Amino acid sequence: MLARIFALVIKEFLALLKDKRSRFVLIGPPLIQLIVFGYAATFDLKNVPFAIYNEDRGAASRELLAAFDGSPSFTRVAQLTHESEIAPLVDSKQVLLVIHAGPNFSADLGGRPAELQVIVDGRNSNTAMLVINNVRVITDRFNREWAASHGGTQAPSHVETRAWFNPNLESRWFFLPGIVGILTLLLTMLVTALSVAREREQGTFDQLLVTPLRPIEILIGKTLPGFIIGLGEASVITLAAVFWFKVPLLGSLLTLYTGIALFLLSGVGVGLMVSSFAVTQQQGLLGAFIFMVPAIILSGFATPIRNMPVLVQDITLFNPMRYFLVVLRSVFLEGTPFHLLIDQLWPMALIGVVSLSIAGWLFRHRMY
Amino acid sequence: MRLRGLIRKEFLQIMRDPSSIAIAFLMPIFLLLLFGYGVSLDSEHIPLALVVEQPGADTAGFTAEFRQSRYFNTSLYATTREAEQALMVGRVNAIVVLRQDFARRLRDADGAPIQLIVNGVDANTARIISGYVQGAWGKWLEHAALQRGQKLEVPLQLEQRVWFNSELRSRNFLVPGLVAVIMTLIGALLTAMVMSREWERGTMEALLVTPLSMREVIIGKLLPYFMLGMGGLALAVSMALFLFEVPLRGSLWVLFATSALFLVTALGMGLLISTVARSQFVAGLLALITTFLPAFLLSGFIFDIGSMPTVVQAITHVIAARYYVAILQTVFLAGNVWSVILPNVLALLLLALVFLGLTWRSARKRLE
Repeated sequence: MLARIFALVIKEFLALLKDKRSRFVLIGPPLIQLIVFGYAATFDLKNVPFAIYNEDRGAASRELLAAFDGSPSFTRVAQLTHESEIAPLVDSKQVLLVIHAGPNFSADLGGRPAELQVIVDGRNSNTAMLVINNVRVITDRFNREWAASHGGTQAPSHVETRAWFNPNLESRWFFLPGIVGILTLLLTMLVTALSVAREREQGTFDQLLVTPLRPIEILIGKTLPGFIIGLGEASVITLAAVFWFKVPLLGSLLTLYTGIALFLLSGVGVGLMVSSFAVTQQQGLLGAFIFMVPAIILSGFATPIRNMPVLVQDITLFNPMRYFLVVLRSVFLEGTPFHLLIDQLWPMALIGVVSLSIAGWLFRHRMY
Repeated sequence: MRLRGLIRKEFLQIMRDPSSIAIAFLMPIFLLLLFGYGVSLDSEHIPLALVVEQPGADTAGFTAEFRQSRYFNTSLYATTREAEQALMVGRVNAIVVLRQDFARRLRDADGAPIQLIVNGVDANTARIISGYVQGAWGKWLEHAALQRGQKLEVPLQLEQRVWFNSELRSRNFLVPGLVAVIMTLIGALLTAMVMSREWERGTMEALLVTPLSMREVIIGKLLPYFMLGMGGLALAVSMALFLFEVPLRGSLWVLFATSALFLVTALGMGLLISTVARSQFVAGLLALITTFLPAFLLSGFIFDIGSMPTVVQAITHVIAARYYVAILQTVFLAGNVWSVILPNVLALLLLALVFLGLTWRSARKRLE
């Protein structure tokens, strides 16, 4: 039995790697994508172009606006002298933010509240929200310093914030483990989703079925290559995340690899299930997308699962990515011990076993 | 006349394998429903632990402020240790602590500290939480001052105006972005297989010996899928307008004209992949790699392009979805702003010409 499986595994590897193009496709893009996406996926704003429209002649407004110039989040690209200049600049996306201080800004300050008008481009409401938050940090600090130096009434209390696990709140630390997960999923899908469909389309799957190989052996033989390639690639991607992007890896490697192995099992399982359901490669490809796109968007990668409606939250329970992302982030950033992650691990194992069983069953029962 | 024969053959092929029709019509419905309802960046009901070490008259108002907030699901914990445990296992995302001496230090000169501990793994949510806590704290101060018959005055007050999306409804920018992602998928998936299928099955050579010129072959391959894709687009746009109630401030014809251009670009990319790959397997892999993730991460759909490093920004220029996302967000939310639309249309036009030109060249030359 082992010899037969081994022969099939060898054949699968040859089918994947003997062609120069498919060899490149398997190895090159995941690494390139890790680097590119690793830099692209961040909510830390940098160099947001903004314009100043200052009608005030006083020192206070100059001091405040200097704080905006000094912030790495903002880059001043224009100085306006008339209100009519605002709309064209914002409309054409030359600036995302306009800061407007009225003529009485310095005079009002200290007496009644001085108003600072902020206009933000809301076309991307997430970026708009981040811009507003960044503006607020600057104005809050200005308020505190002004009250301190001008003897204004101090607030009777203040909030002291500490962030655990990610003291500088670098959003890249949050996204990189997620990218490790996405690329691992992409790769297992690449290897498995077309593997049965291709044999079906070319008619070689029927031949495989009449060999002495039993369906369970075919299943193992089809599973192993995806699993091995995925494991290797996940290791490389993890190394790159740790040594290139300097994401801390606090937890144990054993926990990490248990998570990776179970995720690969479920990913390969779903891939093979899709593939054995398809009769042409186009259908296999479509199936891979139909699974992969929701799996990524509903995994909590960019938008928290908690924000989704309850029904959609329930759907995510069938998504292996969801569990894998929790495992990755916990192991990388929080150093969570193994026993606290068991609730994330067993669903992946279950999804893997169920989908692989279905795939094995489909081998024999979907013939046309 | 010759062309009509080829187009008819492609249509027959589309009708025989229902997966093409599924790609064009079922996928937009499925994905838009899932994401339109599933993806949201508006955080509400964040689980938060509140620890009041010595409850009293001064802290009651503070507790009430958190209980009423729709942003938090506040649960009271007796000790900081228990709350920290809850944060560790992920039951709460943040802890607010009022120490024993809180009431006494309220009368001190430097004020009483309110401790906020957030789970920083998701840096973006952590920032949002910190902002909300600041907001609840500010409201509490205001209420407390009002009770004493005073009015709390800050030196500087922020008056924020968000243009184009005044309520910062994240669906308004996510749905147009999703339309772009979906159109990318449709375009590439529909055509990724069509040329490589002919190569793989050996019918390409048969096609080459017909009087059809290469240009006619490309047009014949493009036209049926273009019509299919436009059908899918009409579906996606009407869902965006009527189901998700995204405002359309630009004109419909601009939306459809630019979308048609984008579709040609996306189909062109699929055709190019299909021509270069030769086998359906490699074409499928390339389509998986080059479409969804770049359109999702590098298009400005979620992550602000301006905040990426320069090299990555340069890479985004070859992602067609980048231009389309900018056009869609502008046409939907801001109107017909030609200073945004025209440059992006030119870029799309250029990319379409490059893709189709490369397809034409490499298809013509290569007969083994």
